[in-house]
Order: sequence, then C-alpha cells, then structure tokens
Amino acid sequence: MLRLALILVIGLSALNTAGSAFAQVDTFEFETEEQQQRFRRLSNELRCPMCQNTNLSGSTGGVAEDLRREIHRMIMSGMSDQEIEQFMFERYGDFIFYRPRLRAETVLLWFGPLIFLLVGGLVVFSIVKKARTSSAGTLSEEEQQQLKELLQEQSADNQ
Amino acid sequence: MVPEFGQFALILAFCLSVLLATLPIVGAARDNALWMSLARPLTAGVFVFLSVCLVVLGYAFVTDDFSVQFVANHSNTLLPLQYKITAIWGGHEGSFLFWTFMLSFWMLMVSIFSRSLPMDFVARVLGVLGFLAAGYILFMIATSNPFDRVLPLAPRDGADLNSALQDIAFILHPPTLYMGYVGFSVVFAFAIAALLSGRLDAAWARWSRPWANMAWVWLTGGLALGSWWAYYELGWGGWWAWDPVENPPLITWLLGTALMHSLAVTEKRGVFKSWTVLLAILAFAGSLLGTFITRSGLLTSVHAFASDPTRGVFILGFIALTVGGSLVLYALRAPLIRNESSFSPISREVFLLTNNILLVVAAASVLLGTLFPMVYQAITDNLISIGPPYFNAIFVPLMALLVVALGFGPISRWKKTSTAYLREQLTMVAIAAVALGVILPLVITLEFSLTVTIGVSLAFWLVFAIARDVYNKVANKANRWQALRGLPANYLGMQLAHFGVAVMIVGVTLTSSFSMEKSVLLTPGQAIDLGDYDFQFNGTQPITGPNYVGDEATILVSRRGEFMRELHPEKRIYIASNSPSTEMAIDSGFFRDLFVTLGEGRESGAWSMTLYVKPFVRWIWLGAIFMVIGGITTALDKRYRKLLVRDQLRRETEKVPPAEPQRV
Amino acid sequence: MQRLKFFVPIAVFLILGVLLWRGLYLETTELPSVLINKPLPEFELENVYDNQLVAKEDLPEGPFLLNVWGSYCLPCLAEHPTFMRLSENEVIPIVGINYKDQQDAALDWLETNGDPFAFSIMDHDGRLGIDLGVYGAPETFLIDSNGVIRYRHVSVLDEQAWQNIFVPAIEELESEES
Repeated sequence: MLRLALILVIGLSALNTAGSAFAQVDTFEFETEEQQQRFRRLSNELRCPMCQNTNLSGSTGGVAEDLRREIHRMIMSGMSDQEIEQFMFERYGDFIFYRPRLRAETVLLWFGPLIFLLVGGLVVFSIVKKARTSSAGTLSEEEQQQLKELLQEQSADNQ
Repeated sequence: MVPEFGQFALILAFCLSVLLATLPIVGAARDNALWMSLARPLTAGVFVFLSVCLVVLGYAFVTDDFSVQFVANHSNTLLPLQYKITAIWGGHEGSFLFWTFMLSFWMLMVSIFSRSLPMDFVARVLGVLGFLAAGYILFMIATSNPFDRVLPLAPRDGADLNSALQDIAFILHPPTLYMGYVGFSVVFAFAIAALLSGRLDAAWARWSRPWANMAWVWLTGGLALGSWWAYYELGWGGWWAWDPVENPPLITWLLGTALMHSLAVTEKRGVFKSWTVLLAILAFAGSLLGTFITRSGLLTSVHAFASDPTRGVFILGFIALTVGGSLVLYALRAPLIRNESSFSPISREVFLLTNNILLVVAAASVLLGTLFPMVYQAITDNLISIGPPYFNAIFVPLMALLVVALGFGPISRWKKTSTAYLREQLTMVAIAAVALGVILPLVITLEFSLTVTIGVSLAFWLVFAIARDVYNKVANKANRWQALRGLPANYLGMQLAHFGVAVMIVGVTLTSSFSMEKSVLLTPGQAIDLGDYDFQFNGTQPITGPNYVGDEATILVSRRGEFMRELHPEKRIYIASNSPSTEMAIDSGFFRDLFVTLGEGRESGAWSMTLYVKPFVRWIWLGAIFMVIGGITTALDKRYRKLLVRDQLRRETEKVPPAEPQRV
Repeated sequence: MQRLKFFVPIAVFLILGVLLWRGLYLETTELPSVLINKPLPEFELENVYDNQLVAKEDLPEGPFLLNVWGSYCLPCLAEHPTFMRLSENEVIPIVGINYKDQQDAALDWLETNGDPFAFSIMDHDGRLGIDLGVYGAPETFLIDSNGVIRYRHVSVLDEQAWQNIFVPAIEELESEES
C-alpha cells in the first residue's frame, strides 16, 4: 500500500515537468524584505477589477498591472497598509477586497460560521441528552414484568 | 449523418429513463414483480444509449466534424488527438453529456452489484436514479444539445480548445471529479428508497456504505487532481483558490465525509438514522448545486462555463423538484425512525457526531461565503468580493478542531468511554505532539511561528493517536507483524485515510508558511539565489509545437554550489486562437518544489521571470493519495464480500424473498 | 412539536432556492462606480495636441462628458459616430482622456476618424484612470456644472445608450440647477 502511494506520488511528479502559467511577472525593487511581503500580501488580497475572479498578483496587463505599480509606489512612499487599502476603496469600492470589511452588512458573513458552530453545539447537546435519557433498546420496569409473565406462561404451556 | 445517431440515442435514452423512473417505483409500491424486474434491463438500456451518444460525439471530434456546433467551438484541426477526445468535456454541452453518462455508469454498477438486495429496494434505487437521468437528459435536449449542427455552412476549422485545457490534468480531473460528484447520487437513491419503503435499519446502512465510500474516494481524487492542476497551471504556487466553482465540490466532499462516518455509526449502532438520511440528501444537493453554479452564470469565476439564465432556471427547477421533494419526504417519514440503542455523553458515537457537526458547519460556512456576494448584491445593489482571506480565516480553525476530535474518535469505545481511559491513552500522545510541534520547527528554522507549531502539533497528534490505537490492537498478539496484516480492511483503511489527513496538514502548513518567491529581470548569464538554491539564466531559443510557437529558456539550478539540473520554462503563442501562455518549468521533489515562470522578454535578450521554492507542497496531494487508498481499502472489506456471498447463497437455496428486515 | 424540527431543512432549502432564483437575474457584468456624487479628482496632464498642461480648472463648464478612449480600443470606434454627432451639433462638450496610449498613435486615430473632443488629455500611465476607478476603455463619465461625477457608463456609448440613459440624466441635472 505504502509502495503504491510512493509510486503514485513519484509518478505524478514525473509528469509534472511543465505546466502553463497565467501569472505575470513584475520586477519591482524593494528596500526591505518586509516591504516585499507587504506588496505580496496586498496584491494577493486585492481583486483585479476587470477580471473574472483573480487577484492582482495573478492577472496580466491592464488595470491590474497599473494597480500593482501604484501599490509599489505607495509602499515606497511610506504609506501604511491601511492607507493603501483606503486608497483602493475610494476608487473601486468593496469589490476590490477579497477580505470583506467588517460592517453592519457583513456581520452575518463574519459571524455566521460562529453561529453555525453554536447551533451545532446545541444540536450535539440535545442529541446526547436525549440518548442519555432514552431507554431505546432496553425495556422499562413494566415491560420487564410483562415479559416475565409471558415467559412463565410459555413454560407452563410447554409442560 | 452520424451526429444524428447521437441525437437519436439521446432521445431513446430519455424514453428509457422515463420508464425507469416510473414503472419500477410503482411496481415496488404495488408489489408488482414484473414491473420491478424491469429496473435492471432499463438501466442497462440507458447506459448503452448514453454510451452511444458519447462515442458519437467523440467520433465527431476525431473526424473534425465542424458541422457539429460543439466540436466547432472547442476543437481545431491542429489539436492533438488526445485533446480532441477530451474536448468532449471541454465545454458545457459535452461535459453535461459526460456527467449524465457517469450517472448511467453508476446505475449500471448498482444494477450489477445488488444481487443480494431485496428486489423492491433495488427497484426503488434504480427508479430514483432513472428519474435523475431523465431530468438531465431532458435538460440536454431542451437547452444544451451537444449534437446541434451548424448547417448549412459548417466552419472550415474550429475555434480550438482553450490552451489551459490542453494538459494531462484535463484528461484526468473532470472524469475523476464527476465520478465522485455523481457517485453521491447512489447513496441519495438508497436514502430515498429507504424513506419510500419505510425501512431504515442497520442493514440499509451496511448496503449503502461501500457506495458512499467509493463516491468519496473518487471525489477526493478529483479534488486533489484539480488542486494539483491549479498549482502548475496558474503558475504562482497556489493550490486552492476558493473559487465559486471550486467550492461546491468541496462542500459536497465535506458533507460526503460526514455521511461516510454517520453511515458507520448507523450500521454499527443503529443510531443517527434520520441524520444519515438527511446527510445523504444534502451531499447529493451539494453536487446539484455545483452543476447549477457552474452552468447558470450565477457567480463570476475563472471557470464558469456559460451565462444563461434559461439553463439556470431549468436546473434550479430540477433541484427544487428532487431536493425539495426529498426534504419533504424526509420531513414526513423521518419522525417515524427510531434509535436502536443509546449512548453516553463520552462515547465514540458522540465523537463521530462532533466530527459530523464540524464538517457540516464547515460546509455551511463555505456555502455562506460562496453565495453571500450574490445575496449582498440582490439586497444592496452593490458588489462585494469574498476570497481566500475570508475562507482561510473560517475554514482553518474549524479543521483544526476537527483534527483534535479525530484523535479521539477511533480510540474511543462505542456506547461509553471513560475519561480515565482516554486520559490514559492520549495524554502522552498530546504531550509528545505539542512538544514536537514546538521543538522541531524551532530547531530547523531557528524561528518560532504559532501557525507552524499548531499545524505540526496537530499532524503529530493524529499520527501518534493512530499509532497508539494500532499498537493497542496488535500489542497482545504473539506475532505483531502478522496481527497487523490481519487487521480488518475496514480498520486499516480508516487509519490510512486519517494518516493521509495528517500528511496533508503537514503539506499545507509548511508550504503556506515557508514558500519563497522572487521576481527578477535577468540577462543571459546572470544568476540569482533563493533559499539554498541558485538559478542561472542561460538565454532562450525559439521553439515550435503542434499548435503553437514560442521561446524556451534554459535555467541552471544549483544547490549549495552543486549543479542539480536544467529547467526549461517556455513562453508560447497558440496559433489558432493567438492567445499567449506561459509554461513553467518545475523541479518536483518529495520535500520541495522549485519552479520558474517566464515573464516578458526584452530586446536586450533579458527576460523577467519569477522563481519559487515551495517546501512540502507535494505532501498535500500525497495526503490525498493516502485518503484515496484508505477509502478503497475500506470498500474492499471482507465483511461486505462475505455477506454478499452469504446472502446470495441463502437466496439461491431458499428461493424465497429474504425475511423482512425490522420495520422502522 | 418535536416533528417541526424535521421541517427545518426544507424551510432552509426554500429560502436558499428563492435567493438562488433571484440571483439568476442579477446583472453582474458591470462594476458600479463608487465615485458617483464625488468631485472629480485633481490632475495635471498634457494636451494631446500641444503638450500644454491641463488641470481640473481648465475643464469646460458642466454638464459635460468625460470619455476614456485609446487608439487600440475597438469599441471606442463603435461609439465614435455618436460622439461625432454630439460634437457637430454642439449638444454637450466632450473631453477625452487618452488612456494608456502613445501620442502619435492617438493623433493618427483622431486624424483618421475625426476628433469629437473639445480636447484630449494624455493619461500615459493610467494614474487618472485609477483615480476615476476606471477598469478599461471605453468608459464615459457625466460631470455636472460643479465638477461632480454624476454617472459612469461602461462600454460603448451608442445612440440607444445616449437616448435612454444620458438624455434623461442631463435633463435632470439641468432641472436641478434651475
């Protein structure tokens, strides 16, 4: 079994010597590693306004390219992440954020899963409680008595 | 002329599936043996005619018959043969035909491997599946006919298959995914049959399990293939984008995993019956939802097929009929179902229930995130985007909780497990896991990261819990190695699959935290380093392919001064569509991947390119492979085969219908 | 009462179903502009003909149209006749933003096809476009007499769009100002 798994993974790797790519390549220069990270995070978390459903780092050409250039410019000019995001929001609105901002309208979105979890917890609690107090599969006192009587009748009949 | 045979076969398949959807079910209700016995032959008929449809479409592609609209839209004379065939599922109409064919294949399998089941049950199951087939075929005939012609002026040549699809993963991923997706229709049919007959017991769960497990195996494989494909296709090292078309199969997978575990409890303990039936309906609903989203233009995505509200309305109507109808049936019949045993608050039943709840919560959360933009737009008229940052924030903690519960599940006992026992078994496991999670990354990277520690600890927790349980089972035997091999397939499969989860967690954690990338402009001869590796650019040369032209670069990769290998990324232009694409070059390894993606070439001969080092990324799919192997192993358990044989023998000697299983 | 909980799934399903059905008929092809009712951004760009700097103050008295175009843009050619007609009949001033284009190509285009614009300014790197929330040519903005953006039209502005959308919008602006 293990051998099979290893063969499969090596086999798949061998197939994998080439693949298409749709990412673009920018060659922006940064002064620090931190700036490079910020750029990466921002271009990953911002959405390309003209594409079907890709982030800025995954889109070729057009507005995406311009926006990446702007992000680079803003990082180098010392703007904070928040300021950069605000810049984008003022021009493209909520659409451009892949991380939806927490507002009255998105409260249900962000807290929904927590609510689901709580409901789930309640479901578990009620099922466990029911299973505990139920006598499914066992006979009640009265039923046990009835069974005894029936069996005694049976053996009386058989004699 | 030939495409018309396909058309004809499609209509015949429709007629047969309508008969299949009605006669056997009525026959089962009225105890009419003749009508019930029609189920198997009708199923075979549907399968045969859908096969004809598929073969005809394939033939049209292979012979470059551009008078068929679908072929004209997705093929080209220059397209390599293997892609001409797989182009069948390269667009909406063809892939839907393929989907329906998959259903008929599962139906055929059920028809063949159900000899030991009562006739009325089989009749109902095949009838329900026939109903689904009828609906799908009607959808094709009415809105998405793959055999539509472009007469009288057939184009000279086709529009070509999208370059992203001219790839081996495209040959593997859709069929595997569809097999899994469609496979959950079988358990769904079993559930409906149970609700219709009023019989829902441990036997029903036992019959359903292999089918649920096999569908799960295919779906796991399909998702893993999709992830692997996205990884090397998109070129920036991502392996899951939380795209609205990727999410529905994940939702189905989560529900399917819950279903698999719930069926186990129902079979062994006769509890959670109505919950299992509900899960079967929901998992199936998940697969229909996926079809709906991909084909109706509801949500924007990089891989949505078509934007057509008519199709969307049809599918939605069909969903309302099947899922809505099933849920009504469920609401009416489920209250009559009784538990066959009880259990304490700390027991394997409760751990599995917790697992179920977490999986369902995860599925509901992914669904929420997927549909929320549409709801938001309907209410506020504004657009909002929900992407990986949201989904990761929600999904990862839920999965972490799940993995914690996973450690407890297999080692706990049915009905009642003492906390003392659990403490005794798992305290050392927990301590060792956390210790390794803290120490190992610290020692290797000389840095502390909470995410990495949690991920590694969870993986070790799982592995050690598995080891502990397996050890318990073989510790007292004389020959431990033999005892290990003698463990039931069911059990081994489960632990293998769980082990796969641990492997995947390692892959996900390490790749997410330690991937490196760098974008540079290099002139020929220039080198750059990333991590332990050195990449030297040695210029490009022009290349020609069967349906493209381009440039191929040579990159020399060294590690710590020692030369390793050459990489050859390419930049291509596909002739027919004039669309460019980049072929990245990957050096894949067990412990890390390296790859290079070309950007743009300059007149000076310099090229921009991005270099990536992705540690442990293969472990993500290796984990999935273990899960697949584990799942297949459970379905091969001797119990099913022994019981199959025993039931068969009994039927043959007695020549009477089997005794009525206990009524609900 | 216990039985009611079994109806929860179908109830949830019905709600979802209605949402999905409504969702089918939503128009998701355009990104709504977030600059509606906001003032035009400040800028300083060169005139395509004489390279003189143009700033926000140099724009015409409103209402006027601000059109994003490029010599590479095919749909811009499709809406060109409408603009020519508007300019010839002096219906409304149209200012062009030559978006991410080359000056000579732009001048060639204007000479070959005709120049409906009061003038065009060159936005080589797309900075002004970004400030306007542009995501591709062609786009046309309706600006009122206070320099406030009142409407953005994405894609071709043909006669139909002009009649059905712009004419009523402009009438509304003019009645507002009186």
